[in-house]
Amino acid sequence: MSVRGKPEAVQVVKKRRDSALRALVDGVPYIKFLGIEFDRRGDELTGILPFSEKFIGNPMLSALHGGVTASFLEVTSIITLSWAYLWDDLEAGIIKVDAEGEPNLPRLPKTIDFTLDYLRSGLPRDAYARARINRLGRRYASVQVDAWQDNRDKLFAQATGHFLMPQRRD
Amino acid sequence: MLDKLRMAEQFIAALPYSAALGMKLEELNDGVSVISMPYDERFVGDPRTGVIHGGAVSALMDTCCGAAVMSHRSNPGGTATIDLRIEYLRIAKPGQRITARAECYHVTRSVAFVRATAHDEEDDNPVATATGSFTVEGRR
Repeated sequence: MSVRGKPEAVQVVKKRRDSALRALVDGVPYIKFLGIEFDRRGDELTGILPFSEKFIGNPMLSALHGGVTASFLEVTSIITLSWAYLWDDLEAGIIKVDAEGEPNLPRLPKTIDFTLDYLRSGLPRDAYARARINRLGRRYASVQVDAWQDNRDKLFAQATGHFLMPQRRD
Repeated sequence: MLDKLRMAEQFIAALPYSAALGMKLEELNDGVSVISMPYDERFVGDPRTGVIHGGAVSALMDTCCGAAVMSHRSNPGGTATIDLRIEYLRIAKPGQRITARAECYHVTRSVAFVRATAHDEEDDNPVATATGSFTVEGRR
């Protein structure tokens, strides 16, 4: 990919990014167990948790289990963080994603701590989450994540987490 | 006492997500609860190491803390998580059961304070610790 060359065709760019994201997400069994999907707009990701009956924590109130909310927020944080971490290498062609072979994705960040704020009870419907990376250093990263359901302005949970980044292959 | 434990066991089994993760109530007594979760490949967070995802450990911690609140002698009618902080001290050994122990160490009219630790089968060194505050709903 030359710097001043002709810009790549849009479908080439989309295919590269979408397959890398798919490889990243599909590699994690627990994401599949929860059925979490990611919507990508450029480099921005939104986590989507389609509702399932097994997510209920309180059958009397039909509320989402706090553990489902926690898992959803942690998954969204880790994927958003990995995505930001591998973006440059992906665009520079250092990470290759072809249809046949396994992409040479870096290892996932490890959670150091995760603090959750349960703002209101989760309703029995789809949930969305978006993470913001406050700092991405060589060893440590700090991430904040918001989750909402029907209204973007009415968060039902929020969290902050610290992560240990994988070491760069030099 | 045994009946109370059996009732609590059924209560945990009736929480769909706790049941989905295969959680088992081991002990429950006046603000202290012990709940375990089996190793399951579906809960893996890092495919290269086979280590359980932190989210599944969070779910175990949250359930265990909530159960500790419910079993407190002040007899709360219900509880919900206000805040929960989890520290991942070390990697849980793949293939091993994770057991959480939560203690509800203080309860006011509206808030219950809880701390918890989680161990695998390895040694006395915990894999994670948690602290949380929970709501106290109307007394039964």
